Amino acid sequence: MDKKIIQNINIIGFLSPALILIVLFYFAPSIMALVYSFTDKTLIGVKSQNFGFVGLSNYTKMFSDPRYIKSLINTAVFLLFSAVLGQQILGFTIARFMEKQGKTLQRLVGTSVLLGWVTPEVVVAFVFFAFFNTTGSLNNLLGVFGIKPIAWLFDYGMLAVILANIWRGTAFSMLMYQSALANVPDDSIEAAWLDGANSWQLLFKIILPIIKGTIVTNTILVTLQTIGLFGLIFALTGGGPGYDTTTVPIYMYQKSFISYQLGYGTAMAIVLLIFGILLSALYMKSFKHEM
Amino acid sequence: MGQSIPEITTKRRSFYIKRLLRNKGANVSLIFVMVLFIWPMLWLVFASFDANAPLRVRIPEKFTLDNYREVLTNGSNYRSFLNSFILSFSQATLVVILSILASYPLSRYNIKGKGTLMYSLLFLTGLPITAIMVPVYMVFFELKIINSLISTTLFLVSTALPYSIWMMKNFLDDVPITLEEAAWIDGASTLQTIRHIILPAILPGLLVVFIFTFSGSWGNFFVPFILISSVEKMPASVAIYQFFGAYGTVQFGQLAAFSLLYTLPIAGLYILSQRFMSNGFSLGGSIK
Repeated sequence: MDKKIIQNINIIGFLSPALILIVLFYFAPSIMALVYSFTDKTLIGVKSQNFGFVGLSNYTKMFSDPRYIKSLINTAVFLLFSAVLGQQILGFTIARFMEKQGKTLQRLVGTSVLLGWVTPEVVVAFVFFAFFNTTGSLNNLLGVFGIKPIAWLFDYGMLAVILANIWRGTAFSMLMYQSALANVPDDSIEAAWLDGANSWQLLFKIILPIIKGTIVTNTILVTLQTIGLFGLIFALTGGGPGYDTTTVPIYMYQKSFISYQLGYGTAMAIVLLIFGILLSALYMKSFKHEM
Repeated sequence: MGQSIPEITTKRRSFYIKRLLRNKGANVSLIFVMVLFIWPMLWLVFASFDANAPLRVRIPEKFTLDNYREVLTNGSNYRSFLNSFILSFSQATLVVILSILASYPLSRYNIKGKGTLMYSLLFLTGLPITAIMVPVYMVFFELKIINSLISTTLFLVSTALPYSIWMMKNFLDDVPITLEEAAWIDGASTLQTIRHIILPAILPGLLVVFIFTFSGSWGNFFVPFILISSVEKMPASVAIYQFFGAYGTVQFGQLAAFSLLYTLPIAGLYILSQRFMSNGFSLGGSIK
């Protein structure tokens, strides 16, 4: 047989199973969602079959729904403090401190930070349920300093989920910054120091500009990982107390599966998806840039 | 000749002294961070051996293996671990097979639109799965394939494929084509060369993809939580959540034992995969 023909058969035969699955289980539902987001479909009842098109009303309803606005603000706060700042700053600091350390310490610290990364979301939630409990480890520790027990999960729900997520996700940023810092030439650091730069100048004028690309890529990646986070918050606080820790994914779940408003829930999913698409496009751009 | 100027020599010396001092400070801070990261998990370990586990970290007053015995002799726990295994194992196996097949032509041939395809896949790796769970539920519901381990597995396969194809293509690109050419001259077909030449050469990469995919779905909560409704099909992640929700205030020791038994396999696999990844992490090979 002609070599060219064999090649074409290989291309089609080898690629298609994967591509068909992706289209079937990934693209098709997304397109369907776009359609359903313009309807008043519900999960059960009359409107589950005899639903109608309601135009943009799901979308206009969303932005006049105070609980949705609240969930948007919660998502922004959670995202900013747990991932964009928390995980990144801690991850970078650990990576920077580890640079010139012995292998043993590096391995010990690295493994303990990675513990959070490999622990399943629901277990992380359970662990922090105990940690933040009124009779839990944190209050026990603070008790040593004479501080009275605090109902963390109730009074500081957002702080609790933020800290839990920092614990869970810091490993990712740590690993990213470790490989970035390893590529910063030692010469430029020494040269800057000989020119009289102090540690802060060294950090802001030399190191951070050199690893700028990694910072951008990592910010996008941790945002993408955190924006859809569901299990950790859902199992730890259930979105409560009240709506204090209800982020967009949690509210979307509540509307779709607890209040059965599938049309409304899908509209929220579409907005989340559009946000993901924009970020993902940005990621591709930064990826191309770094190549 | 910078070395011969005394001023610079002293400056350089004090640079190293200062660095040494900073290292000591870094040492202490790192150990502090390490304790902070281990502390919450320490509770899980102690509580699982405690006959009367409290919510704070405490060395068990009455050391016991009863929690583990309870968890391991409970039939529904068994089933949930088995479900997790079936889901993760079949997903990872399918992902490995399909991504090797898909990445082979992408690595070896000049295909029109290859760049676009690769970037589309990269783009898909970024999308939050949470956003498509509601629509996926609706489609599965309409097609009456809800509450099935098979359709859930297939969905998980499709979500893992984009990044697996990227990783696998990178591994394949590193295999020199001359190895294959020798086999072609001997009259081997493409599938034969993949099996006998490519597979042994990319075995470490293949294991990385398998482990990444396996642990991804082993720990996954949202997908089975939405798509699986009957108790006997629930994987450990959903089972433990129900356990946590319903009996959370009663038996912390058992819950801790369950959590540890559920966490250990992927923690072990992850450590194993580190050994296959020569140049550290770099996002499992997808960013080089």
